[in-house]
Amino acid sequence: MKYWISAILLVVLAAGTALSGMNEYFFFAGYVVLTFVVLATAWNILGGYAGYVNFGTAAFFGIGAYTATVLFKWLGAPLAVQIAGGALISGLLGFGVGLLTLRLRGIFFAIATVAVIFICETLMINWRYVGGATGLQLLRPEVLAPFETYTRMLFVLMALLAVGAVSIARYIQTSWFGRGLRAIRDSEEAAEASGVPTLKLKLFACTVSGMLMGAAGAPMPMYLSFIEPVSSFNLTYSVSALAMPMIGGTAHWIGPVIGALLLGSVQQIVTVTISNEINVLVVGVLLVLFVVLAPDGVIGLFKKWTRYFK
Amino acid sequence: MFFSFDLLFEAVLFGVLLGCFYAAVSIGLSVSFGLLDVPHVAHPAIMVFGAYCTYLLGLYGFDPIVAGIVLMAPFFLLGMLVYRFYYETFERRGSEAGVRGLAFFFGLAFIIEVGLILAFGVDQRFVEADYIGSSLSLGDYRIPYRMLVAFGVALVLTISLTLYLSKTFTGRAIKAVAQDEPALRLMGANPVRIKQWAFGIATGVSALAGAMLIIVGPVEPSLDRVYIGRTFAVVVLAGLGSMTGTLAAGLILGISESIVLMLFGASWAPAVAFGLLLIVLGIRPQGLFGR
Repeated sequence: MKYWISAILLVVLAAGTALSGMNEYFFFAGYVVLTFVVLATAWNILGGYAGYVNFGTAAFFGIGAYTATVLFKWLGAPLAVQIAGGALISGLLGFGVGLLTLRLRGIFFAIATVAVIFICETLMINWRYVGGATGLQLLRPEVLAPFETYTRMLFVLMALLAVGAVSIARYIQTSWFGRGLRAIRDSEEAAEASGVPTLKLKLFACTVSGMLMGAAGAPMPMYLSFIEPVSSFNLTYSVSALAMPMIGGTAHWIGPVIGALLLGSVQQIVTVTISNEINVLVVGVLLVLFVVLAPDGVIGLFKKWTRYFK
Repeated sequence: MFFSFDLLFEAVLFGVLLGCFYAAVSIGLSVSFGLLDVPHVAHPAIMVFGAYCTYLLGLYGFDPIVAGIVLMAPFFLLGMLVYRFYYETFERRGSEAGVRGLAFFFGLAFIIEVGLILAFGVDQRFVEADYIGSSLSLGDYRIPYRMLVAFGVALVLTISLTLYLSKTFTGRAIKAVAQDEPALRLMGANPVRIKQWAFGIATGVSALAGAMLIIVGPVEPSLDRVYIGRTFAVVVLAGLGSMTGTLAAGLILGISESIVLMLFGASWAPAVAFGLLLIVLGIRPQGLFGR
């Protein structure tokens, strides 16, 4: 109950700031940070709970964005339909990829997901309808009533998506799905032997994870008014979506949220004040530092501290 | 689309040369991942780093091949250090380490890539030597010397590593550690030291492979991304840890890439390696020459 009240309050707060006279740049940057909240949460469903490392975030994100583009160009579909479409197609992709590769363990699965990124990217580069390698300029439709600018509207929308994604992750974590996934992470053989339907659960996690990543990618073309394959399928999305839960802590749904808010904000600040390259470097260095020094992330550190002061 | 047997023959010929080159860039990974089970996603990044070191030495007048051979020594030490670190922080801690070990190497790859961008910028770099840019004419066919050089080095590398692993004492110890580590421990040998040595060799070989990389074409810091697909496709297709398999798998990849290049054009070529990788993982994960 406390969770739902604070979730609703957060969305109302996001909408309130979007209607206030806040600086436009805040929403521009905030949108990206919220996108990463969705991506990190989605990654954690398969990566954190089940222990299957997915390097393919960029593939699901990019396919979501391209689905939205196609729906927009072909039917002039409204944003909500674009997001639903992006989530659907990315979910299907997640199901397909899972079916093909989830029998593989550890690194094999991870490498297979990298392959999915490059295959999707190559397909889009060679698809003329969506602009091929040069990309496609998109004309945003009129902004809807209460909002002043399109970016503000997208910001509120992404806040909704983020709350939705976190709620789904929280539900999965506390239900029998989560218990099954944790059993898979600890020992797949033992889980299978005690009657956990491992393949079904993994497929489910991979599909939900893909769906959420697709939903996160779908508004991207409208946000940039532009889509292009190399940046849509950039491996940087993958490393960020993996680094954020690792930094926040993978065991609990709040971990990826903490990681995404922390790392996402740092990234935005670094990108503006220093450069985009340093921003990727920060992600890499923080990832390695946390993985080596604080395996349970910020949550783990926090627990250690509270225990120390008690 | 236009097709002739002449073109096909040329594509296959080029594919064979390209394939040997792919085998050469994958053979380090075949040791580190194939034999030692280290999820070494940073292998291509270390190779690109080797290519940039070759470029730097080239500025001082070193021939790229000589530079590659000279670099093998420091890279050998670097590899030993990386493995030691990986072992102390991850392998020793057991089960949970899988996810984090993978994340560690992925992060490492990005750190190397961005480090190279910061040091050299995003522009393409290349080296100069007599055999780069000219080609050998055989009747109607023209074979670039740089591909022949890569071909030769690849053969030498594969043959010497195969011999090393099957004929020498340390080489057989490396194979033993791959087959049954607890048994080796019971025999009184220290598997960690053997693995450290083997990882050093794998990384040293990557330095030479990096030199090949910059001989065959210009390099840029983000080149490692597409080579993740190529090297892992070759190693998985080969069947983990098989040296002759690596050569065969490299040839398969090289020939298929070169045929796709001829039929559909350059924009499809990068997908070949990844597609091959997915197919192998989906159908026959133990590879062609799997144990």
